Amino acid sequence: MVNKDEVKNLADLARVRLSDEEAEALSKEIDSILAYVGQIKDASVEDEVLVPVLKNVMREDEPKNKDDEYTEDILNNAPSREGRFLKVKKIL
Amino acid sequence: MIDLHKLTIKEARENLQKKVFSAKDLALSYLSRIKEVNGDINAYLEVYDDVIKQAEEADKKIANGEDLPLLGIPLAIKDNILVRGKRATSASKILEGFISPYDATVITKLKEAGAIFLGRVNMDEFAMGGSTENSAFGVTKNPLDFTRVPGGSSGGSIAAVAMDGALASLGSDTGGSVREPASFCGVVGLKPTYGGVSRHGLMALGSSLDVIGPITKTATDSETLFNCIKGIDPMDSTTYSEDTYPKAVVKDKMVIGVPYHILNKGGISKEAREVFDNSVDKLKKLGFEIKEIELPNIEYSLAVYYIIMPAEASSNLARFDGVRFGLHKDGDNLLEDYLKTKGEGFGKEVRRRILIGTYVLSAGYHDAYYNKALKLRSKISKDFEKAFKDVDAIITPTTTGVAFKIGEKANDPLSLYLEDIFTVPANIVGIPAISIPSGTISVSEKELPLGLQIMSKHNAENILFHISKKFLGEN
Repeated sequence: MVNKDEVKNLADLARVRLSDEEAEALSKEIDSILAYVGQIKDASVEDEVLVPVLKNVMREDEPKNKDDEYTEDILNNAPSREGRFLKVKKIL
Repeated sequence: MIDLHKLTIKEARENLQKKVFSAKDLALSYLSRIKEVNGDINAYLEVYDDVIKQAEEADKKIANGEDLPLLGIPLAIKDNILVRGKRATSASKILEGFISPYDATVITKLKEAGAIFLGRVNMDEFAMGGSTENSAFGVTKNPLDFTRVPGGSSGGSIAAVAMDGALASLGSDTGGSVREPASFCGVVGLKPTYGGVSRHGLMALGSSLDVIGPITKTATDSETLFNCIKGIDPMDSTTYSEDTYPKAVVKDKMVIGVPYHILNKGGISKEAREVFDNSVDKLKKLGFEIKEIELPNIEYSLAVYYIIMPAEASSNLARFDGVRFGLHKDGDNLLEDYLKTKGEGFGKEVRRRILIGTYVLSAGYHDAYYNKALKLRSKISKDFEKAFKDVDAIITPTTTGVAFKIGEKANDPLSLYLEDIFTVPANIVGIPAISIPSGTISVSEKELPLGLQIMSKHNAENILFHISKKFLGEN
């Protein structure tokens, strides 16, 4: 069971603001979804070892583009900028 | 006017090279069709303003004697795939104002193949859903019955093709988002092998599941489009090289497996079961051997999927924070900015999945849900591996029934999740799967289509195309 306060706590962890009303509704919906996916608890997996087929592929991090080729396009997507910086509220 | 309804990529290419019509004629025909029907159907979120210019460039290349596989072919692109200089929103308010600074690898490849981009099409927000009802920009309607959903999440991509508003399109498939709508709208939808097509420039939902796939009218076109977008990409380290998986061989005599035990559990309608049984008979007549198989852990697929996908989504969607791109809602401090931006920018289903993902990954639940799901995933993969020792392909229905009514499942998220029962195993295992039209069911005087799903081994798309072409009577 996930109650309203736990839903609000999860929302805080995920940085998503929820109204009390929505937290209430979500606690019921999440309960029914967790009850469904919880069926995996009955499955037996004790002999299972995870061996991924695909391996991580590394490449050299070399610049492929020209200087400033994308800079303006990327900075222009920011809600707030100052010169060549993204602007955010102070964090300290 | 060009008859768009029956036109395929193959025929269009022949006509373009023979100068029966020009790329500009073709593009104008599509623009006019979109103008006529998109108001009702809402497949396109934006029709690009440079379509004619793109078509004129294609005509120049044709005049110069160039012959590229998609030269002059008009396509629709799902709104979660980046096209440089164009907007892309993933049908979310949180990407308000975002302009793509680069081309997705699939777009670069399509441009090299000569394709024309008509515009970006609707979807469930961040590809979360199976009906396109979760779009922040309104539902897309099923072109065959406006009271029904087109399926999703690639509902706009499929509707665009089904309404003759594009010759083909790209969608993305995390748990069935290309195949389910293809089944609901009577077109061909391919989910390639995981890692078969680069996701560089695709907005991520579940990174261990996502793949981009083509939507077309025929299996032949599906193969053409797939061949244009596939392949290894240094920008996506999950793309595989030709020697990663053994090369699949199309044999004269092939065996197709049917896991009858899950059909009975899937809540499939009687009529849909009849269509499926007829497909099995048809395959037998075409010379395929049918064999009953068991996939003992497949019934856990949906539960495994609805743990792994939200877990990955909750982490992938953390990047939408109102700082670097998209929507920004101002609060009293930085934390308030985050809370308000995400709270107002993300739609209801997205918020729901972020919370489920946060839950299954949180301390205390991580082992019981996420880690257990990973182990079961590996078990399900082994079931398939074992089955593929005896069979060349496995078939199931794509969906449990025909397209449902708009609003029918909107208030019960779990019932919508259960729609994915037949499609999620291919994503869990990473194997390729295709949905092809297999018949129709008559519902209130309308003929509504259903799809047959064919799955095969990793990197065995050639087997899927072979069976599909035979089934659909293509040469």
